[in-house]
Amino acid sequence: MIEIAKLIIVAFILIGAFFHLIAALGVIRLPDVYTRNHAASKAATLGVLCILLGTFLYFYFIHDHFNSRVLLGILFMFLTAPVAGHLLGRAAYHSGVKMWGQNGPDDYKEYIEIKKSEKYQEYEAYRKKIEENIKAESK
Amino acid sequence: MIQTVVYIALICVAVAMITLLYRVIKGPTLPDRIVALDALGVNIVAMVALVCIALDTNAFLEVILLFGILAFIGTVAFSKYLEKGVIIENDRNS
Repeated sequence: MIEIAKLIIVAFILIGAFFHLIAALGVIRLPDVYTRNHAASKAATLGVLCILLGTFLYFYFIHDHFNSRVLLGILFMFLTAPVAGHLLGRAAYHSGVKMWGQNGPDDYKEYIEIKKSEKYQEYEAYRKKIEENIKAESK
Repeated sequence: MIQTVVYIALICVAVAMITLLYRVIKGPTLPDRIVALDALGVNIVAMVALVCIALDTNAFLEVILLFGILAFIGTVAFSKYLEKGVIIENDRNS
């Protein structure tokens, strides 16, 4: 029983270390911020989740010590790492970092320009007015 | 067996941190450096967990949660600074 648990722990730790190496390699090798962010935020998150799970199982099976903080850490990393990656990519786009080898239309830029245009502002104002009218009538 | 594997994993994570450090130093733009620093924070969390197993103690397991929270706050503050130029907006009406 304990030998099987040790094998599982070892497998989790090795998989986690492997994913850390893959993430670092991606950050070195990939050509622009967005692809690097993709590599760092996904592979490194999976790696740290595997290593933390291995740590939790180690203390649970070998020392018979249920550590809830490690479980909380796993949950927290799983929730916050994609959010941090999203914020970084968004900030990079808005601070004007160019994409590598872009062939094709930039849909997000079009969307921003449409939102800034005068016609869209007029449409928004018109829509707000209609909504207020509906509210006033329902009262 | 576990001790040997933990030392191997520590070496792997250390190599990953060195390669990320190369990106922090060289990275052509500021977002590159912040991406690499964020990944460094994640690697530090993994390293603390591995050191806990290597020293066979559960005294440092709180540090995992603490480092996770601090790395997230730092990344959010940096990306907000990049996007808006300020971190805390005092003008509430905008």
